[in-house]
Amino acid sequence: MSHGMQIEESPTTGDEVITNYTINFGPQHPAAHGVLRMVMELDGEIIERIDPHVGLLHRGTEKLIEHKTYLQALPYFDRLDYCSPLAQEYSYVLAIEKLLNVEVPERAQYLRVLFAELTRISNHMLNIGAHVMDVGAMTPNLWVFELREDCMNFFERASGARMHSAYFRPGGVHQDVPEKLLVDIGEWLDNRLPELFGDAMSLVLDNRIFKQRNVDIAVVSKDDAIAWGFSGPMIRAAGIPWDLRKSQPYDVYDRMEFDIPVGTNSDCYDRFAVRVKEVYESKKIIKQCLAQMPSGPIASDDRKVAPPKRAEMKQSMEALIHHFKLYTEGFHVPAGEVYVATESPKGEFGVYLVSDGSNKPYRCKIRPTAFSHLQAMDFMSRGHMLPDATAILGAIDVVFGECDR
Amino acid sequence: MAVLHPAPRFTLIEGLKSTLTDTLGDWLIEAHEEHGELLLTVKRDNIEDALRTLRDNHNYQQLMEIAGVDYPSRAERFEVVYMLLSVTKNSRIMVKCSASEDTPVPTVTTLWPNAGWLEREVFDMYGVLFAGNTDLRRILTDYGFEGHPFRKDFPLTGYHELRYSEDEKRVVYEPVELAQDLRQFDFMSPWEGADYVLPGDEKADIPPVDEPTTTESPKQTGAGAKTDKHAAEKVSAGAPAEEESDKDAPPPDPTEDREDRAKRKGKTTDTAKATQPKKGDIKETDA
Repeated sequence: MSHGMQIEESPTTGDEVITNYTINFGPQHPAAHGVLRMVMELDGEIIERIDPHVGLLHRGTEKLIEHKTYLQALPYFDRLDYCSPLAQEYSYVLAIEKLLNVEVPERAQYLRVLFAELTRISNHMLNIGAHVMDVGAMTPNLWVFELREDCMNFFERASGARMHSAYFRPGGVHQDVPEKLLVDIGEWLDNRLPELFGDAMSLVLDNRIFKQRNVDIAVVSKDDAIAWGFSGPMIRAAGIPWDLRKSQPYDVYDRMEFDIPVGTNSDCYDRFAVRVKEVYESKKIIKQCLAQMPSGPIASDDRKVAPPKRAEMKQSMEALIHHFKLYTEGFHVPAGEVYVATESPKGEFGVYLVSDGSNKPYRCKIRPTAFSHLQAMDFMSRGHMLPDATAILGAIDVVFGECDR
Repeated sequence: MAVLHPAPRFTLIEGLKSTLTDTLGDWLIEAHEEHGELLLTVKRDNIEDALRTLRDNHNYQQLMEIAGVDYPSRAERFEVVYMLLSVTKNSRIMVKCSASEDTPVPTVTTLWPNAGWLEREVFDMYGVLFAGNTDLRRILTDYGFEGHPFRKDFPLTGYHELRYSEDEKRVVYEPVELAQDLRQFDFMSPWEGADYVLPGDEKADIPPVDEPTTTESPKQTGAGAKTDKHAAEKVSAGAPAEEESDKDAPPPDPTEDREDRAKRKGKTTDTAKATQPKKGDIKETDA
């Protein structure tokens, strides 16, 4: 925080009034959660104004997507919010399916819900760990990272990749999972997760220092939360039970029984606590998925959208042609425009997809969760101390791959 | 059409289209439903009034997103799309208006505080101006960036690239230089309406000639007397003689038959000290 300090008006001898000064927070600051530059105007240690400068990680993803076929564009979504890759794919895949009006088999829907919730756990592990570390605790972060590692291993066993899975596909998922993986996830949820996560949270939730750093920091009223376009844990911490999985269910979320945790005080502590509770709710959802998941196909049988099985290709000329066409030309999506938003771990992640009937998206606007939240950084931190900024930022749960696109 | 897809199912309000059509009245240009989503096209100058009415009287409390789209073939090439969400009615609608480079859209920062950055992004990417937005700075592109990258006529590669210059010890910007052309595959079948030109296609358009010109005698070739004389020679000059080469020389003997290398004369020593300088090699410099 010290680098780039610049005194606007240097005090002269005998001048006891401390003038406001401006500092640069980031873009290379460990508590900035990535490449965020915040120009802060301080009065002593009190924050007067924050001007966040985003876009340092802008890669033009939306423009790149316009130059790729629908399937080629999918892996870009893993690389937006690299802490919850599957949750981003979800919105995009659903948007394509909505334009195509394609049916998705039940097993694929269950698998997608299962892995979306596993992603939520993995994302919250990172955020919870980073948040406690931002306010001074070290150990819980190391413990919850173990759990995140476990999640990564599960992703790898399902898709072959730890982070950038590209597992959700239009019409279903890429491939079926081995039975042993589902058994292992169930065991992990019953034994390892509650044990390690419970231990880590017992160190934090009632910790005096943690409460001193978070309670009553950045209180946002219900009206403000709505006006600023908050979503996800940020709006739920403000006491509004708004969860897209519940209110606008997609796939098989309407068959799941889970609660929406809400905050009472709408401060950083509540945001943290909401995420902690959500981990247990996600666990409940995954358990239901494991219990209810039927066997059957894992991708649509519409061969104009989903590729045939390899074994089928060895026998059938038609299957071979379909496969070739899907992986060269790709499928054509009927002209139209949709906005599809899902509940990503960080909030509402939306995709506005415009198709002109060709095999490439005409426009793909990504609605990042962080944009609205980070914009509120200024009014949330006003009047707080400089060290509180890290707590507020930690509670927003911002990842710049997604914010800057 | 039966809904088969598993996309988010929000509440579909009965008669929402006619209700909102009546409410917006003259401000509305067109309203249509698509995939269960309502799209309202509103006159640009009334966009703020329309959104205010939707927010205050129809409970669309949240502005989730503002998206720009570029349609270069239209008279007003840009579309600005506002995604509204009602958390009380559990409903989503999209409201849009068109704009060109020099027709500003009224700002909605007066209605929602988070519209500021969203409008900044549309301005940055497309160059759409928002009248009344007091802080219309660029947001995602680099400091000092020129142009609006998401316009369809902006190249994917951009115009400038940056690298770290070892000479100047700083990052320098240079015009883009591609080692190979940017590869654009379209994968469309040529018989399914691809409208690109293949090399040689231009020949198909040359009109047929009525009287083809022919060369009757060597004088008409226009190549000159010297060439004509050479052309008249019946026998061409012989090919140049092949140079002598040893390509027919026998192959070398197999290695097994070769004699062993002569033994080294020097004494083999431990190499550990080989790199140590000898005493005499070091010049005394602390004079």
